[in-house]
Amino acid sequence: MAQVVKSAKACTVNPLKMSQPIGGALAFMGMRGAMPLLHGSQGCTSFGLVLFVRHFREAIPLQTTAMSEVATVLGGYENVEQAVLNIVKKTSPEIIGICSTGVTEVKGDDLKGFVATIRQRHPELANVAIVQCSTPDFAGAFEDGWTKAVTALIEQVVPEVEPVRRDATRVNVLPGCHLTPGDIDELRDMIEAFGLAPNFVPDLSGSLDGHIPEDFTPTTLGGAGCEEVRAMATAGATIAIGAQMRGPAEALEKRAGVPFRLFERVSGLSACDELIMHLAQLSGREVPVKYRRQRGQLVDAMLDAHFHIGGRKFAIGAEPDLLFALVSTLREVGAEIVSAVTTTSSPVLEKLPCESVTIGDLEDLEAGAADADILITHSHGRQAAERLHVPHYRIGIPMFDALGAGHLVTVGYRGTRDMLFAIGNMLMQRHHEPSPDDWRDAWPDQASELSSEPRKELV
Amino acid sequence: MTSLNQTIQDVFNEPGCGKNQAKSEKERKKGCTKQLQPGGAAGGCAFDGAKIALQPITDVAHLVHGPIACEGNSWDNRGAKSSGSSLYRTGFTTDMTENDIVFGGEKHLFKAIREIVEKYAPPAVFVYQTCVPAMIGDDIDAVCKRASEKFATPCIPIHSPGFAGPKNLGNKLAGEAMLKHVIGTEEPEYTTPYDINIIGEYNLAGELWQVKPLLDELGIRILSCISGDARYREVAWSHRAKAAMMVCSKAMINVARKMEERYEIPFFEGSFYGIGDMSDSLREIARLLIERGADPELMDRTEAVIAREEARAWAAIEPYRARLTGKKVLLVTGGVKSWSVVAALQEAGMEIAGTSVKKSTREDKEKIKKLMGEDAHMFDDLTPREMYRKLKTAEADIMLSGGRSQFVALKASMPWMDINQERHAAFAGYHGMVEMVKEIDRTLSNPVWQEVRRPAPWEGAGAASWQDRALSECVSPHSPPTATGREAA
Repeated sequence: MAQVVKSAKACTVNPLKMSQPIGGALAFMGMRGAMPLLHGSQGCTSFGLVLFVRHFREAIPLQTTAMSEVATVLGGYENVEQAVLNIVKKTSPEIIGICSTGVTEVKGDDLKGFVATIRQRHPELANVAIVQCSTPDFAGAFEDGWTKAVTALIEQVVPEVEPVRRDATRVNVLPGCHLTPGDIDELRDMIEAFGLAPNFVPDLSGSLDGHIPEDFTPTTLGGAGCEEVRAMATAGATIAIGAQMRGPAEALEKRAGVPFRLFERVSGLSACDELIMHLAQLSGREVPVKYRRQRGQLVDAMLDAHFHIGGRKFAIGAEPDLLFALVSTLREVGAEIVSAVTTTSSPVLEKLPCESVTIGDLEDLEAGAADADILITHSHGRQAAERLHVPHYRIGIPMFDALGAGHLVTVGYRGTRDMLFAIGNMLMQRHHEPSPDDWRDAWPDQASELSSEPRKELV
Repeated sequence: MTSLNQTIQDVFNEPGCGKNQAKSEKERKKGCTKQLQPGGAAGGCAFDGAKIALQPITDVAHLVHGPIACEGNSWDNRGAKSSGSSLYRTGFTTDMTENDIVFGGEKHLFKAIREIVEKYAPPAVFVYQTCVPAMIGDDIDAVCKRASEKFATPCIPIHSPGFAGPKNLGNKLAGEAMLKHVIGTEEPEYTTPYDINIIGEYNLAGELWQVKPLLDELGIRILSCISGDARYREVAWSHRAKAAMMVCSKAMINVARKMEERYEIPFFEGSFYGIGDMSDSLREIARLLIERGADPELMDRTEAVIAREEARAWAAIEPYRARLTGKKVLLVTGGVKSWSVVAALQEAGMEIAGTSVKKSTREDKEKIKKLMGEDAHMFDDLTPREMYRKLKTAEADIMLSGGRSQFVALKASMPWMDINQERHAAFAGYHGMVEMVKEIDRTLSNPVWQEVRRPAPWEGAGAASWQDRALSECVSPHSPPTATGREAA
C-alpha cells in the first residue's frame, strides 16, 4: 500500500507527463473514419502529430482550429465552425472529435455551445457525428484526456434509453489508453475464445496496428464505428480495463443500464485468472484448452524469471494504470521497487504494492534510482538510463526509438509471460562476472578504511 | 503583448527580405504567411520555431513557461548534436496548473528559475513564453530581469506564444531575443581576421561537423554558430566576427541583417547541401574574410581545398552515378531544401520529377527555375493521392520528404527517404552529399520493394489491388477537387 507524494518542485524537469488534449485525440483515433480536432493554436496539434507519428510509425489524422492571438481573445466559434466545415469538405469523416486545449479554456470557449450552434446552422452535417470534450492542458494528464474523450463519446453518441432486449453474447470492452493495439488484439482473442463477441470502444487495433489499408483515407484507417458505439447500449455486459475507465463504464451503465466489471489490470497471473473466470461466467463455458496451456506457460515463466527479477531494484515511471499493472506484476515475481513515479492522481496509486509513489517527473524517477538495476518507462527515460548505466525497458507512449510500439503485448497470460522474459533477459545480460577482489575487504565497515588508504603496492 | 506585436511588425518589415520589400505597406503589415486555415493547417507554431532555433545552444537551460503540452509533448525530439554539454536535451517546464491560471504564473516561473540555477548552474536560462501565460498576462520580461539580478545568471525572455504565428515567425522571434538580450553582451578572449559566424545552422545529425574540419584546415574559426553546437558565451560574443554566413534561407535573416547594421558584419546566404553549393559557400566565406582584412592567400588555399574535396567527393559518388542516372525524385519539403537539395541530386545524375515550394520564398523559386529550367514542376500543395500517383506512374522512383508524409509512399510500397529535421543521417558538405547518394541507392536497391508488392497468394489473379483502385480514382475525370496538386504560380 503506497504513500502518494506530490512533487513540490516549481520546475518540472524531464517531463514524464503529456497533456490531456492529445490523450483525448488518441481516443478519437480509435474510431473509424475519425478526424480528431484540437481547438487551440496549431502547435498544439503539430506536437501531438509528431509524437504519434514517431510512436506508431503511421500516418496520423489530427487537425487544428489554428487559433491566432486575435481569434483567441475574441473567442473561437468561427474557427471551430470553419474547421468542421473544412474537415467535412476535405476528408468526409464519420466522426469529428474535438478536444479543447489550455489556451481556449483560459479564454473560456464553450465548445458544447459551439457544437450546438454548428448543428443548428448546418443541417447538412447531420450524418457526421461531432463529439466534444473539455481537456485543458493545465489540468490532469494524457490518461485523463483519454477518459474524458471516451466518456464524451458515450454521453454524446449512445442513446439514452434502456433497451428492450440485450444480447448476452455481446460484451463491451472499454480499454484504457495504456493498452496497445496488440493488447487489444490479444484481449479480443481471449474473449472470442469463450464464444463472446467483444465490442472495443475505442479500438486502436483497427486504426493504429500498422496494417496496409484498403484505400487512401485522410481519416483513421479503421476502429470502432458510431454504430458500434450506439450498439454498446444493447450488449449484455461491459468490461472496463484500468481504473481510468470507471467513469466511462459508469456513464454507459447510467445511460443504457449495461452492468460493468472493472479490471484494474489484466497483466499478471492473478489478474488474468480473474479475467478468464469472469469470461467463463459471462459465457457459461469452460475455460478453453488454449488458455489452460497458456496459464501453465506463465507459471513456468514466472518460475524461470524469478531468479533474475527477484530482489532486483526497479525504477518505474508510467501513467497510473500502466504503473499499477507493471508494479503489481513485477512484485509478484519478487521485484523490489526503489522508485515509482506517475503523472496524475488515480485511485490505484494507493493500492500500489510498494512504499511510495511520486506524482512527478523523470528527474524524480532518476533521483530515486541511484542503485536501481533497471529503468522502466517510455522512451524519454533514455537519457536517465544512460546516466545511470542501467538497461531501459521501454513501455508506454511515446516509444520513438524502438520498432513495434503498437505491437508490444503485456496483457493476458501470454503477454505477461513475454514481458517477464524480456525484462528478465535485460537483467540476465547484466549479470556481474565475479572477480578475484570482489570479496576482499568487502564488509561495509571496511570500505571507508580502504578508500582512505589506497594500497599502493597493488598498483 | 504590445511589445510582442511591435516585434512581430518589426520582423515583417525586414528590409533584407526581398519578398517582403516587394509588398505594399498594407500587405506587409499582414505578415509573411498566409492566414492559417482552421481544419486545413499543418506545421508548427511560433513557440516550436523559437525552440528549434535556440535549443541547439547546448549549455543553456531551456525553460518553457506554459502548461505541460508545450514541453511535455515535444521535448528531446530534435536531432541537434552537441560536442559538450547535454543540458539542452533536458526538458524544463513550469507545467502550469489551474492555480497559476487563477493567480498568475510569475512567482511560479521565478521559483522554477531559482531551482534550475541551484541544481544545474547553467550559464543562462532561456524562458519561452507560450500561449496560456501570454493570455493571462504573465510578464516574463519582469521575472527574467529580477531573476537575472537575483541569481547572477542571465535569464533571457523569448516571446514566442504559439498563437502569434507559424514556425518561421518563431525562428525570427527567437533571433530578435538574441539580438536584444544576448549578442554583444560578452567579449571573446581574442579575435582573428579569420573569425566567422554561421547563422541558421542547427547541427542536426552533426552536419556542422561535416563542414567544420575544412574550416579548421583553412584556419577559419567559427567564432559563433547560431545556434548549432553553440555555447551561450559564443553567441554573446558573436558581434566580434569578421563575416557571417546565413544558412537556413530566411529563418534568421533578421539576425544576419541586424548584425550587419549594428556591428558591420557582412553576410552572404549560402548552403552546405550539394557539392557545388558547398564549394561556393567556402569561396564566399574566404572572399568576405579577405574583404575584411584577411590575407588574400586564403583564397588560393580555399580553392586548393575545394579542388581536392570535390575530386574526392566525385570519386566517391562515381560508383553510384551509373545506378542512379535517370532515376526520378519527388521532393516534398520546404524552404531552402527545395533548391539546395535539387542541385545535389542533379549532381548524382538524378532527375527531379517535382518539388514542393509551399514554404519557399520567391527567391527560392527563382533558384529552382535556374536549376531545373523554366518548366520546373513546382507544387504549392501536393495531396497524398497526387504524390502516390506520381510514384505509381513512374513519374518518380523515390520520394524525399519529411517524416509526416512518409506513409503515403510506404503504404503504397514505394521507396521513401527522410530529409527533414528528425532524420538521423547527416547530409551536409562533401561527405554529406556522398552519404545522401549512398542512402538513396541503399533505399532504391533494397529488394524489399519487390517483396512487399507481391500480392497475397490467396488473392485472385487479375484482382485489382487497392493501389490500382486508388490510382484509377485519381486519374478519372470525376476525381474529387482535392485529388490534384495545385501548380504553383
